[in-house]
Amino acid sequence: MTATAPLLEIDDLRVAFPGRGFRARPIEVLHGVSLTLGEGEVLGLVGESGSGKTTIGRATLGLVEASGGTIRFQDEDITHAGTAQRRALARDIQVVFQDPYSSLNPALTIEDILSEPLIVQGVTARDARARVLGLLDKVELPKDAGQRLPREFSGGQRQRVAIARALAPGPKLIICDEPVSALDLSTQALVLELLMDIQRETGVSYLFISHDLGVVRHVSHRVAVIYQGDIVETGPAAAVTSTPDHPYTRRLLLASPVADPVEQRRRREERHRMARLEAGGGTPADQQGDPAGEQDDPNQVSGAVAGWPGPAIRPEA
Amino acid sequence: MSEAQATETETETEAADTTPRRSAFGRLIRDPQAVITATILVVIVLLGLLAPLIAQHDPNESALSAVNVDPGTPGYLLGGDQSGRDIFARLLYSINTSVLSGLIGMSVAVAVGLTFGLIGGYFGGRTRFATEWLFNLIMTFPGLLLLIVLLPVTGGDFRATMLIFGVLLAPGVYRIVRNLTVGARNELYVDAARVSGLSSPRILRRQVMPTVRGPVIISAAFLTGSAIGVQAGLAFLGLGSTEVPSFGAMISDGFRNYYVDPLQFVWPAAFLGVLTSALVLFGNSLRDALEGARPKAQKIATPRVEAGSPASRGEAGEALVQIEGLSLSYPTPSGGVKDVLKGVSLEIRPGETLGLVGESGSGKSQTAFSVLGLLPPDAVVTSGSIRLEGRELLGLRERELIQVRGRAIAYVPQEPMSNLDPSFTIGAQLVEGIRATSGLPRAAAGKRAMELLDHVGIPDPKRVFSSYPHQISGGMAQRVLIAGAVASRPRLLIADEPTTALDVTIQAEILDLLRDLQAEMGMAILMVTHNFGVVADICDRIAVMQQGRIVETGEVEAVFREPQHPYTRMLLDSILDESHVRTDSPVLVAPGAEGPR
Repeated sequence: MTATAPLLEIDDLRVAFPGRGFRARPIEVLHGVSLTLGEGEVLGLVGESGSGKTTIGRATLGLVEASGGTIRFQDEDITHAGTAQRRALARDIQVVFQDPYSSLNPALTIEDILSEPLIVQGVTARDARARVLGLLDKVELPKDAGQRLPREFSGGQRQRVAIARALAPGPKLIICDEPVSALDLSTQALVLELLMDIQRETGVSYLFISHDLGVVRHVSHRVAVIYQGDIVETGPAAAVTSTPDHPYTRRLLLASPVADPVEQRRRREERHRMARLEAGGGTPADQQGDPAGEQDDPNQVSGAVAGWPGPAIRPEA
Repeated sequence: MSEAQATETETETEAADTTPRRSAFGRLIRDPQAVITATILVVIVLLGLLAPLIAQHDPNESALSAVNVDPGTPGYLLGGDQSGRDIFARLLYSINTSVLSGLIGMSVAVAVGLTFGLIGGYFGGRTRFATEWLFNLIMTFPGLLLLIVLLPVTGGDFRATMLIFGVLLAPGVYRIVRNLTVGARNELYVDAARVSGLSSPRILRRQVMPTVRGPVIISAAFLTGSAIGVQAGLAFLGLGSTEVPSFGAMISDGFRNYYVDPLQFVWPAAFLGVLTSALVLFGNSLRDALEGARPKAQKIATPRVEAGSPASRGEAGEALVQIEGLSLSYPTPSGGVKDVLKGVSLEIRPGETLGLVGESGSGKSQTAFSVLGLLPPDAVVTSGSIRLEGRELLGLRERELIQVRGRAIAYVPQEPMSNLDPSFTIGAQLVEGIRATSGLPRAAAGKRAMELLDHVGIPDPKRVFSSYPHQISGGMAQRVLIAGAVASRPRLLIADEPTTALDVTIQAEILDLLRDLQAEMGMAILMVTHNFGVVADICDRIAVMQQGRIVETGEVEAVFREPQHPYTRMLLDSILDESHVRTDSPVLVAPGAEGPR
């Protein structure tokens, strides 16, 4: 499938959360998701809120339990990894979360935050401190940043600290869960640039989760689109994000506003035309066009969306 | 975008919070209440510790000659009690009893409560069920009664009694720690620690403990006071060894001897009172210091309007809203002022959509709130004017402002869900708004609300009307708020990031709705946003804000085609449009070279 050897293989992954209330049915949020990610590759995972994109990342990290399917990392089954295996995996799989405020412990200095994962891996405190300086330099933070507390930094700087923490053990895979969506436009561009530089330099793979097609298009080699717990389309970034096959991806693309009044007008008309067509033909989706879904029936298990074709998988470029 | 320029902008816009912070200890020693109460506590404890040196008699030594002697009798500074014991000596030794009781009770409560709170809060499931059950059980014990019943077990020794009382106090600590731990458990930094392979005990010690430390220290001060009080109470009731001098026993003796010598019961009561109130007050100061209760910012000036501004009414004929030279400041805790708006001038024309764009902290929301007259009470308008159709809004009284808000100017917020009250139905909230602005009777207002819901594209208005906010989706909630905002056919709709919290497909629909409503009602829209896509979609004109100033204004197409200000150019260059596609293929870095090692 991929141009390089597969690093992460997710096959038919299912995740269900316990339902609310006494004896409630579990709610399945992933209905059998399959993905592969090669070494040195960036796979963009794009979807709207409630689509289950974050859950895929959390299942890979072992933060939620899979109810079915397998996750393999370097040909090793890690779906239900125990504590010891997880600790070994911590060297190879790391994470950058969305919220730069909640992801750094407010009570610890930056140096403590960065050296903690190293010390767990058996690095001595002195070596860890030396490595922290190198990490701060790598994410373009000043050397004295280590002595300060997270609250003294802005959102973008905190996200750099979070990236440094993920880089600390020298991982092969970083799950990037909306790493720039909480940041301002100009800061976002800089943090993305940093992430891509690091990726090119170290050959680390990213599973890059985002709701923003523009961001995903910019950083990813390949893109997978997820809708209500199912992957609807996978393929090379350029193809999926500019000439999508699946109607949902097309709708997502047309709904994302572009910063060009003339082009945006064209897209709006195209979107309205599509909506009219759909309304007339009565094909896809609910009539309000609310793909996040009303919250009346969260238990609905939609395989593919009614009337829509199954997952569109493109031949690799 | 050139790298140098970008980095410069980042350091500029990302001004971190550099206000000098003081350590908790630093704040504590600057608090007179803390200093005074701490001094009192230290003096009392020292008196107790030095009792053998200061006192001239053993606390239990009785002399017939000293029975009820007056204060000042040689060797009996505060006189003798009815058994001929030295009251002063007994007071000093009682301090030790009290302090020891307080420390034992508090340490046991903290040790038990903290341990189980961390475990129960972190692990959840069966573990939490078990700890919860255990501590609920402990809480149901009638404390004082249990201590009395257990007297045969403790043998009347106040230390053993306090051990048990510490366990009875533990649920208080347990609940605090458990709640804080459950909160920390959901923080991403704990997830990150788990991903880093940290073991649970290490996460609890290194990540969770620091967040529960403060509240536990505070409650420890109160628990100490409480344990001292209970020990005194038990001794007052005559429970426990009569050999041990204690404030409670002394007060009891003093009571019995009240008609002979009323002063005898005043001394121990005063000491006990001073000791426990010093502890409680010190606990309060600790809380202020640890939880960062900031000194209230002082209002340094009242909102005032520059009289000399060119307020000629004829000139303002074309604009719906005319903002001129608006400057806004907030007092900072350190006594200075922070300028958030620095002379903003802006014009909103009737029926147009003006996009107010900027990054966080640029002052765009502050500008919008100024027009609404909804600034926080400590905001100071240092100069400028805001006129709605020639009428000055700054300096209006609240009563006059209400006439404007919701009628001429309406507002759509960023977070639709937090702007609906979860305990009332959608219909009730809409009806209340409509009645407040139109004065319609209830039935007519209900009918109007239903029409509005239908109008904003809600497919089943009847169902939504009687739904509670949690029963509808975020997109629906935003439609409801828009329905409420346009109910009074406003001339200006202020929308503060109305689609930021929504998915793109919903965002497109909400923007369509706003466009349709505008075409129908002819209202102007002030669209506050950071998203240039939204601006391109819906706005006629754009104003770009940077650090409290408007740096560029113009027709949308012109600004997008030829941005004049470098900041606008930089922002537009930061947008990832379709030309930003990744083209390089995945690279394998030679083994050994990978990783930042």
